[in-house]
Amino acid sequence: MRRRFDWPAYLILSLGVVLFVFPVWLVFAGATQDPGAINRGDLSLMPDFAHLGIFLSVLLHGDSSHGAEPVWHMMMISAAMALVIAVGKIVISVLSAYAVVFFRFPFRMLAFWTIFITLMLPVEVRIIPTYAVMADFHLINTFAGLTVPLLASATATLLFRQVYLAIPDELVESARMDGAGPIRFLFDMLIPVSGANIAALFVILFVFGWNQYLWPLLVATDSRLDTIVIGIVQLMNEGFTLTPWNTMMAMAVLSILPPIVVVVAMQRWFVKGLTEVEK
Amino acid sequence: MERRTIFGGWLLPVALVLPQLLVTIFFFLLPAARAIYSSFTETDAFGLHTRFVGLDNFVSLFSDSGYRDSFVTTAIFCALVTFLALALALLLAVFADHEIRGRSIYRVLLIWPYAVAPAVSAVLWVFVMHPQVGLIGRWLNQIGINWDYTLNGSQALGLVIVAGAWTQVSYNFVFFLAGLQSIPASVIEAAWMDGARGLRRFRTIILPLLMPTTFFLLIVNLVYAAFETFGTIMALTHGGPGQATETLVVKVYRDGVINLDLAGSSAQSAVLMIIVIGLTALQFRFLDRRTLS
Repeated sequence: MRRRFDWPAYLILSLGVVLFVFPVWLVFAGATQDPGAINRGDLSLMPDFAHLGIFLSVLLHGDSSHGAEPVWHMMMISAAMALVIAVGKIVISVLSAYAVVFFRFPFRMLAFWTIFITLMLPVEVRIIPTYAVMADFHLINTFAGLTVPLLASATATLLFRQVYLAIPDELVESARMDGAGPIRFLFDMLIPVSGANIAALFVILFVFGWNQYLWPLLVATDSRLDTIVIGIVQLMNEGFTLTPWNTMMAMAVLSILPPIVVVVAMQRWFVKGLTEVEK
Repeated sequence: MERRTIFGGWLLPVALVLPQLLVTIFFFLLPAARAIYSSFTETDAFGLHTRFVGLDNFVSLFSDSGYRDSFVTTAIFCALVTFLALALALLLAVFADHEIRGRSIYRVLLIWPYAVAPAVSAVLWVFVMHPQVGLIGRWLNQIGINWDYTLNGSQALGLVIVAGAWTQVSYNFVFFLAGLQSIPASVIEAAWMDGARGLRRFRTIILPLLMPTTFFLLIVNLVYAAFETFGTIMALTHGGPGQATETLVVKVYRDGVINLDLAGSSAQSAVLMIIVIGLTALQFRFLDRRTLS
């Protein structure tokens, strides 16, 4: 087969890239422009490089006219939430998959199916009663309330169970011959073996945690617990005239940067992991 | 799920599985049970008496034309979001599978949108499509098209569909590309020898081999469109204008959290539960079949 210049591929892929980059570029460029001009309908695709400082001032102060928390504070809440959810889900799932695969205990299958069933009960199908339970536990407007109820993960448990089931019996047997107890076996054997899966899950769960919207909307009304995603949508909804457009645009750009950095930096694991996790 | 080699004792495993189990019981099972319970009961205005009313809540739910409209809106929304997100991802994946220079750069440039929160993607689209401020929205009005998604219901629905699909393309792209790369080169070569090229090769060889991936993605995308686009819709239109973009999840939120209609929103929750259970069952039935074969 003789190679020709594959122009249709370049054309289609470039159009695809433009479709994704265009809205982000527009918002990036808009952030550096004069809010009055934007309001008059003079949004331009050309950023005003003299005003890149807007990103720093939004990060440090946010929309101070509004009594909202500064953007860095919202980003800290988002980051803490994403990290606790990602790490917590992984730890909890590794432990329960380990228990289910390598031990026999009463009601083992019942425990497994109980975990599995969470797949079928997203927050959306139990909004009001979940709020009631949260109130009973005094978890409304707490950081624990923001994170702990999201820590169960049927997906991650299923994945680790799959990985552990594939470990050859000989390996387990030889570890036991060497005198490894269950705890040492977990740390010296299972966790290193599933390193790639853990990395992949981390990316997926970090993005999942950072991008939460309905859950924080429901359980955290205190503005000190506002995540960046909640903060932006709130400004968008109430502040169409109150908040300067460029402030909102700068916030939008800042809000998508951390998860994008994580996905791009860890893309090798992410791509492999995503197709293995199969949600 | 059996292994031959296992450790003894049951105290340790119970302790290991307990954290996950407690979270599941208190924050998933308990609320779900309460939702089902209150969907069959009615509480008076003072919250003093609760009585069992059987299917009454469901009957009044389905006799409400607003709810039936929301069903139709959700069906249209899910079908179009899924179709757009799948078609675009497949197109891009087919070309990203070509052996061209810089293809790994193209891949990164097509994968990053996975990281954009659905709610934030809606904010981005406001600046593109807002009738006064948005670059394209304003331009549409200048060339004489009466574009205002804050007033026009079908334009609003169109916009939330586009914004909803936009965030999901990357996910599908990753899966389609993985699917394409797992097709053995020998199969493609054999097809080439037989004279199957271009579109014909795609239709007769590649597409059938991608069917398992497509079916899996179809269900994942339907679930995404039905549930995870809540943020997109809330940020763009709040379910409006009127009820034009009020999907079932937006409605359950509006009725339950904003209008505090406990019985009605519980009945809606129960209906949603049936939908998720159906979709999940389909997904796993299919997955099992594939792991067996």
